[in-house]
Amino acid sequence: MTHAVTSTSLRSWKRRLIAPAIVLAFAGVSGPAWADRDPAYAAARSAGQVGEKTDGYLGVIGGGGDVRGLVDKINIQRRANYTQRAQAQNATVEEYAFTQGCMLIQRTSPGEKYQAPDGSWQTRGAGAPQRDPRCP
Amino acid sequence: MKLSRLTDLASPATSFGMWGQYPGRSGRGATIAAARKAAVLMAGTMTLAGCISVNAPDKPIVIELNINIKQEVIYRLAEDVKQNIEANPDIF
Repeated sequence: MTHAVTSTSLRSWKRRLIAPAIVLAFAGVSGPAWADRDPAYAAARSAGQVGEKTDGYLGVIGGGGDVRGLVDKINIQRRANYTQRAQAQNATVEEYAFTQGCMLIQRTSPGEKYQAPDGSWQTRGAGAPQRDPRCP
Repeated sequence: MKLSRLTDLASPATSFGMWGQYPGRSGRGATIAAARKAAVLMAGTMTLAGCISVNAPDKPIVIELNINIKQEVIYRLAEDVKQNIEANPDIF
């Protein structure tokens, strides 16, 4: 194809197609983390039935046995993950989990629950969450 | 006090060796006992004057259980935990 045959109408047509394609591609790559969550877990989070604890694990605030089962399952997976990562980083599981907790509390969305350094449950507002002074 | 009434036939019962051991004894013993009392009282007063008063805090005492986790380690791990969230979005 040469530039000679490419008309202005064809160029604008191409642009119209390319722009949304780029947007879609980016959305696919850097989609929100909650997109990969189990729907029941995502629902429990937004309902404030589960919250992020300071120790890097999930805590149960409300809901029934289903929520507890869900939280236990994820916490077991988290523990396995922390153990593996901590070993690779020459850190203890507690150190890794605590640092992960700092980050997870930081990344909570408004309306979600998290644990403050004093141990109380807080609802994430628009501002920064209350975190341990050692958090990065 | 010499109990002459109880030891009528013998010489009055005195125990020289125990002088000053019991308060209320007459004579030299009483003087020594009184001196000791005064010394103890004085010492007590001095101790009280030198006391430092410690008041209980108003706020509840928070015991930091994670005190052994060093900030240095947390900063070293900060980058890895971010990557961990991206790598395992299903468990976070």
